[in-house]
Amino acid sequence: MSGQRTRHTAITGIGVVAPNGLRTDTYWKSVKEGLNVLDRITREGCGHLPLRVAGEVRGFDPSALIEDTFLVQTDRFTHFALAAADAALEDAGLSGIAADAPYSVGVVTAAGSGGGEFGQRELQKLWGQGARFVGPYQSIAWFYAASTGQISIRRGFKGPCGVVASDEAGGLDAVAHAARAVRRGTDVVVVGAAEAPLAPYSMVCQLGYPELSTVEDPSCAYRPFTSAACGFVPAEGGAVLVVEDADRAHRRGGVVRATVAGHAATFTGASRWDRSREGLAHAIRAALDEAGCAPEEIDVVFADALGSPEADRAEALALADALGPHGTRVPVTAPKAGIGRSYCGAPLLDIAAAVLAMEHGQIPPTPGVFDVCHEIDLVTSTARPAELRTALVLSRGLMGSNAALVLRRGPGTAA
Amino acid sequence: MTRRVAVTGIGVVAPGGIGVPAFWDLLSNGRTATRGITLFDPEGLRSRIAAECDFDPLAHGLEPELVERADRYIQFAMVAAAEAIADGGVDFGSEDPWRVAVSLGSAVGGTTRLEHDYVLVSERGQRWDVDHRTAEPQLHLAFSPSTLASVVAERFGAQGPVQTVSTGCTSGLDAVGYGSHTIEEGRADICIAGASDSPISPITMACFDAIKATSPNNDDPAHASRPFDAHRDGFVMGEGAAVLVLEELEHARARGAHVYCEIGGYATFGNSYHMTGLTSEGLEMARAIDTTLDHARVDPTDIDYVNAHGSGTRQNDRHETAAVKRSLGAHAYDTPMSSIKSMVGHSLGAIGAIEVVACVLALARQVVPPTANYETPDPECDLDYVPRTARPRRLDNVLSVGSGFGGFQSAVLLTGPGGRKR
Repeated sequence: MSGQRTRHTAITGIGVVAPNGLRTDTYWKSVKEGLNVLDRITREGCGHLPLRVAGEVRGFDPSALIEDTFLVQTDRFTHFALAAADAALEDAGLSGIAADAPYSVGVVTAAGSGGGEFGQRELQKLWGQGARFVGPYQSIAWFYAASTGQISIRRGFKGPCGVVASDEAGGLDAVAHAARAVRRGTDVVVVGAAEAPLAPYSMVCQLGYPELSTVEDPSCAYRPFTSAACGFVPAEGGAVLVVEDADRAHRRGGVVRATVAGHAATFTGASRWDRSREGLAHAIRAALDEAGCAPEEIDVVFADALGSPEADRAEALALADALGPHGTRVPVTAPKAGIGRSYCGAPLLDIAAAVLAMEHGQIPPTPGVFDVCHEIDLVTSTARPAELRTALVLSRGLMGSNAALVLRRGPGTAA
Repeated sequence: MTRRVAVTGIGVVAPGGIGVPAFWDLLSNGRTATRGITLFDPEGLRSRIAAECDFDPLAHGLEPELVERADRYIQFAMVAAAEAIADGGVDFGSEDPWRVAVSLGSAVGGTTRLEHDYVLVSERGQRWDVDHRTAEPQLHLAFSPSTLASVVAERFGAQGPVQTVSTGCTSGLDAVGYGSHTIEEGRADICIAGASDSPISPITMACFDAIKATSPNNDDPAHASRPFDAHRDGFVMGEGAAVLVLEELEHARARGAHVYCEIGGYATFGNSYHMTGLTSEGLEMARAIDTTLDHARVDPTDIDYVNAHGSGTRQNDRHETAAVKRSLGAHAYDTPMSSIKSMVGHSLGAIGAIEVVACVLALARQVVPPTANYETPDPECDLDYVPRTARPRRLDNVLSVGSGFGGFQSAVLLTGPGGRKR
């Protein structure tokens, strides 16, 4: 516990499982190069559905990473989370943490849809064969809290554990929730989100989203901020971070890669993208205020980039509203145009990209986008070198949430 | 300056009667609302009993369009929220909408609708490559539980932080806890906080059957939920919702609102033990209780009543008895501890919020609700479980605790007007 001193929340570890990279280094390489990995969906039983393109995580072998006892009782979304948590802890140099102080490590995840593939399998047993064929793990694999619980159990973490089951913006809210836990006295929180919404029935459930892109050509299915914007493409995967008290990180010789400086969230109604302009601007101002950050200090914006004309316009205008003249000058990027949106996982992947961008002094481009039709400086084609000290990450959810997160580059990073 | 969190409105949809008066009438008279399942044909299930809500959404003022669009658990939440807001006398027209937050919990969200449509698109479980053409147009609203907080926020014009919380069976306590933190930390002045679940469906009943967590006492449903009793044999599924208006204390005073009590503290920990199992020591729940009391600056001996998780599984009842003894010491034996799940069943994510509302009412009425059906003591559970009959008692500090799948252990402390230790 910390007494009265202000605790700052540092990001000291990053773990990624994404369509464009199964590790943080391969993810960054793909992001920096602006690789577009959107492709026809290949998962079993999905070929006939009118949703053809997504960001699939391919080549992920959970059995090489996770013990059988955990594999059998978990869905793919939890496999991603467990693997990303391991990678984040290793990255932070904390692989062995918790043995002597389990209450000092908490776990927070965001989840938009739970274990859909596992759930569909068990529903098939129930309705196809009968109640006694439902397996013992359905009650713990399908529900939204599965990843937090399993990370906590597998790694021995007994600190504050939480689950934000929100729309996409919940990914940023989860990180803010973790940062507050650190400020309240928990030393380390493993926080993240990973989703696996590409099982047949899960995909059927998404077909009702009016913003969903059903374009069949992967090269033009998700083109935010262009006049050809036709909605978003869903994706799998996500990222997990290790956040901890910055002083503690310094003391143990950990590398503070970034600090979580400010966050705010607002709500303006499901699919009310016109109103999201005001909601997002309000969130940005409040996040900057918490961070003690002037608009001109923002060096790069990782946009929500929903990819529908009305939503894109609202976001561009929100930047101008909240940042003033800087809003049209600050470089903006949306790596997710090449990956898709893995719901709550998407803003986590953006945080990972933002931290890596600050470390490398490179703003990654927005894949597949060349003809920007809004008054923003969208980085396209190739990465743009820049001195990056402060990043703004934005996210909006399909159910009406808007969130903004301010990250400061860590002192432990040579830029 | 510390911001304090007041409870200024309550609303509840629970088995046995909709609304706060019916709910308190059930609890204070020790009646049970458990019965044979009527919501679907439970043939073939091991546990065929539940505590169901007799709920007519139209009679409670919901529009037909909303009833068509929103799942049962969202309808519950809307009705409970409307009651809480009317009770609190909140006029959203005169509140800053950016300062109004929503924090609602649900363990299983829209799974009842998800299952309903699954049956259609899979031709009753016959195909993996499901046929999307037979799905209902609103199915996407059941896909993510974020719909819950979203629909409620939209209805009441909340534009501050809007969150759905899903930590299994502690969702309700955690949603109240998160909401309380939101106000304490200055991110909102009012928070519509609570939880809702409608899990009485074939898949949810079947998955608890599979681990034998629910009671198979189908022949005597009214007496099937028997927390702490030596003859208990599992929990009885329930459904429902509860919502509280949480409000920064000075904000509440400024508008002349009635303050029921304060949220004195909240904490949650993971047990890192087992997704569904609990230890017999209760260390982690004790830690949650200790941290909550510490936060509230209340001594263990100041606790006047413990609202137990009391699900009626053997491992739970022993776990939590041990935890309360560990935290309250000898005072545990002088402290009544009851489980309202004996009367309203276990509504998974909702029950934590329903239990907090029960605690608010216990403080307001100075009455401890009983544990119905408690007859035969279990030697390993030797506290005062308030058998069958409600008990008048001076109550200043009331604690509500919960355990959830995933290992979650949470505690919320409510302090009445005489309970503040500053």
